[in-house]
Amino acid sequence: MLTKNGLEVLTAIVGKENVETSQASKLVYSFDATPQFQSLPDAIVSPRSASEVGQVVKWCSEQEIPIVPRGSGTNLSAGTTPLQGGIVLLMKHLDNILEIDEENLTVTTQPGVNTLELMEAVEAKGLFYPPDPSSMKISQIGGNINENSGGLRGLKYGVTRDYVMGLEVVLPNGETIRTGGKLAKDVAGYDLTRLFVGSEGTLGIITEVTLKLIPLPETKKTVLALYEDMDAAARTVSKIIASKIIPATLEFLDQPTIKVVEDFSNIGLPTHAKAVLLIEQDGDAAVVDKDIARIVSICEDNQAIEVSMAASETEAEALRSARRSALSALARLKPTTILEDATVPRSEIANMVEAINRIAEKHQVEICTFGHAGDGNLHPTCLTDARDKEEMKRVEQAFEEIFTTAVALGGTITGEHGVGAMKAPYLHLKLGEAGVEAMRSIKQAFDPKNIMNPGKMFANENRKRVVVKQ
Amino acid sequence: MDYDELLNCMRCGFCLPSCPTYIESGKDEAHSPRGRIALMKAVVDGEIEPDEEVKRSLDMCLGCRACEPVCPSGVNYGHLLEQARDIIYQNQEQPIPVKAVRKAAFQGLFPHQNRMIGLTGLIGFYQRSGLRTAARKSGMMKLLPDSMRLMEKVLPDVPTSKAMKQRQRLFQPTVPVKKRVAFFAGCLMDTVFLSTNDATTKLLQYAGCEIIVPEAQACCGALHGHSGEKQQAKTMAKRNIAAFEEAGIDYIITNAGGCGAFLVDYGHLLKDEPEWKDRAEAFSSKIKDISSVLVELGFDKLPLSLQDEIITYQDSCHLKNVQKTFMEPRKLLSCIEGAQYVEMKDAGRCCGSAGIYNLVETEMSMQILDYKMKQTKATKAKTIVTANPGCLLQMKLGIEKEGLSDQMRAVHIVDLLLEAYENANPSS
Ligand SMILES: Cc1cc2nc3c(=O)[nH]c(=O)nc-3n(C[C@H](O)[C@H](O)[C@H](O)COP(=O)(O)OP(=O)(O)OC[C@H]3O[C@@H](n4cnc5c(N)ncnc54)[C@H](O)[C@@H]3O)c2cc1C
Ligand code: SF4
Ligand code: SF4
Repeated sequence: MLTKNGLEVLTAIVGKENVETSQASKLVYSFDATPQFQSLPDAIVSPRSASEVGQVVKWCSEQEIPIVPRGSGTNLSAGTTPLQGGIVLLMKHLDNILEIDEENLTVTTQPGVNTLELMEAVEAKGLFYPPDPSSMKISQIGGNINENSGGLRGLKYGVTRDYVMGLEVVLPNGETIRTGGKLAKDVAGYDLTRLFVGSEGTLGIITEVTLKLIPLPETKKTVLALYEDMDAAARTVSKIIASKIIPATLEFLDQPTIKVVEDFSNIGLPTHAKAVLLIEQDGDAAVVDKDIARIVSICEDNQAIEVSMAASETEAEALRSARRSALSALARLKPTTILEDATVPRSEIANMVEAINRIAEKHQVEICTFGHAGDGNLHPTCLTDARDKEEMKRVEQAFEEIFTTAVALGGTITGEHGVGAMKAPYLHLKLGEAGVEAMRSIKQAFDPKNIMNPGKMFANENRKRVVVKQ
Repeated sequence: MDYDELLNCMRCGFCLPSCPTYIESGKDEAHSPRGRIALMKAVVDGEIEPDEEVKRSLDMCLGCRACEPVCPSGVNYGHLLEQARDIIYQNQEQPIPVKAVRKAAFQGLFPHQNRMIGLTGLIGFYQRSGLRTAARKSGMMKLLPDSMRLMEKVLPDVPTSKAMKQRQRLFQPTVPVKKRVAFFAGCLMDTVFLSTNDATTKLLQYAGCEIIVPEAQACCGALHGHSGEKQQAKTMAKRNIAAFEEAGIDYIITNAGGCGAFLVDYGHLLKDEPEWKDRAEAFSSKIKDISSVLVELGFDKLPLSLQDEIITYQDSCHLKNVQKTFMEPRKLLSCIEGAQYVEMKDAGRCCGSAGIYNLVETEMSMQILDYKMKQTKATKAKTIVTANPGCLLQMKLGIEKEGLSDQMRAVHIVDLLLEAYENANPSS
């Protein structure tokens, strides 16, 4: 618990206006984008520099006060809910891009920079930072790194991890370390950089990051393919990959999702289609033309009922942003929207989609599915009402079965949203007991007092999923 | 409170980058739409008390509704805010002077157009009689807070009470009749901004409208609705619905974004009164902003010209976010020969006027205005065009604040269009 005295110490470090304890502040930082998780912190602290982060962490470590680092709070795994109270450490002041190095093709930035702003800043110099989570208008780079976020371009360009070259991290004991750097080659010791990527704020606070950039692709083309049934769409995905084309984007939406997205975006999406693929290729103009021509013919060979090309960048961007709004648009249909994040090897997409539908039917719940078909990352999204306790039980059972199926197909319980508190009870499904233990000991080594984002990643003894507050 | 609406917010945060108070507060969730909705829900759930900080969060909201069009879940934030304010204000013991002022303004003044005329007449008297000169000279103005002092300065010259009382009720078009419309004259617009209203009817005449201005109409009630005086707003809505029902017209034309947005929402305001609901919806479906109707009637194809200058447009939040009218004003402005239309960055972001927000939340309002002026200056525009009286005054205030009054002006779109039309058609 934070005492009055403790608050004074924190105030002395970060300044009066950067420590909030009002009931309203605590409430608005008690949740993130994850439904059904909420828990109040004792205070919200916003350090103004990396050195202040160090001082705050050191003090919290001495006092054993939990720290929940927070970017923009858009994560979908309850990664920023202060389950055990303590302080929310807000990164809002650490929002400067420090250097765009055009010779080494890197950008060095503070963690609180908005993802889209960073992308625009490097694109203004003809460079490209590909990871583009759908939340990029809101999310921060620090949040992206800690969730290892992926996006529409993940298939061809990889995810956040593939771009993180170096980090500055404040460890749970308050010491600061640097990992990696601008070097293309570096094999000195364990790869701590990779360890921190996707660590969900459980191993330390990232205070600076160096990201890899690549040249901005010359052109881009966008295709929309419509299908009478989902199988045909899934087959197309496998065929495209099998024919050794790697599109920049290969996204999948089922009919209910198309309908609600259209409802929101009004851009004339084909609501009559049972499934839709949004496919993009970028790069050298000649290669793009060639690839797109082949993609179109593969779609047609696999029973696409219609294949159309975006006429302009405005039209293409409208399609992309419509796809990005899928999750929130689905939230229009029912009071509670639970999005999951099951991922399978891409050859198993059709099987997984089929399984999801079967499971939904079996448990009598409504599940819409969309996702990054190209990389096997599907988002089965359940539309429900948390007030209906009986239905919520069935929802839990359905998701449990979906995860088990995904793992059985060689997949995983989360492709990009992270484990957080939400998926903690399922981590063992993917890793096995020994795997979980290995990870626990890493956590123990870095954070023996368990003050860094406690309650995340590892479930307590109780494996039961904690979706419903009893 | 509408609990389902509260639950519709899935906390995705898509609305955060559009919220001016979130941005200007340095990204404080308590001043974001997501945070405000969470606070309202927590209060309704009995998890927290509606204490000062909660009220503060709601007070800081501009009500600009920029969070609505970007919300993929379709949360109707405006309705939530209205309900929350209604509950808080109705249940709260306010300090006696605040109560008195609210009562005087909301019940004594706005609902009564003759009293509006009386009060604005007083302002006119102050402006014309030499009192203004005396007051400014005496240094008395220094006693007022900065923003009030500037406000006094930018307030337009008010017409005489006589002019305000002799409002013409019927206009015939100057060309063959295309549409029969009614004009919603507004309370402030028909007093302080009477000349803009006159310009509006002239434009409508040139565009081919037969216009009636029903006498029994009242203030739209927006100010009441947004400040937690819902009952009073409903009374006024009913008066307006009745006043326009008889007219037998195609459209009801508005020239103030704030009023228009409230008028299109009468259906919601009266949704629980069966005998009014349908009538309210019929009324609302006829509301059209002046820009829309002008574009519909091809006014942009008429000769319009100004001298060589750059013009830019500041969206009225409610016109853009609620009535979804933002292409039409731009289309009209781009058609003016001689003038060059330059879009300012974040033209759709609120200017910070927001009803009486600039008077009660001056600090935040001025911070928002500073950003707006920065973007305006970047366009190098000589004329800032607005579509709502509040925005117009706020932009005038911005110009004054920046000391640019000899290089820049703020005008209502209607006044500029009339100027452009008469410039191109000297005989009219
Ligand atoms: C509508 C919507 C769409 C989404 N789409 C995608 C998508 O396409 N792909 C995807 O991968 N994700 C997606 N997400 C999930 C989410 O946006 C991402 O996980 C994002 O990276 C979170 O960023 P944030 O800044 O909001 O971080 P937060 O949610 O604030 O934090 C995320 C995690 O990082 C930790 N953290 C944050 N900053 C730091 C720091 N500086 N040091 C240490 N730990 C830190 C937090 O403790 C937490 O565990 C989506 C979410 C929503 C609501
Ligand atoms: S965009 Fe809509 S659903 Fe998302 S947080 Fe804002 S109000 Fe809630
Ligand atoms: S109405 Fe405007 S100020 Fe209020 S929450 Fe929405 S965007 Fe922010």
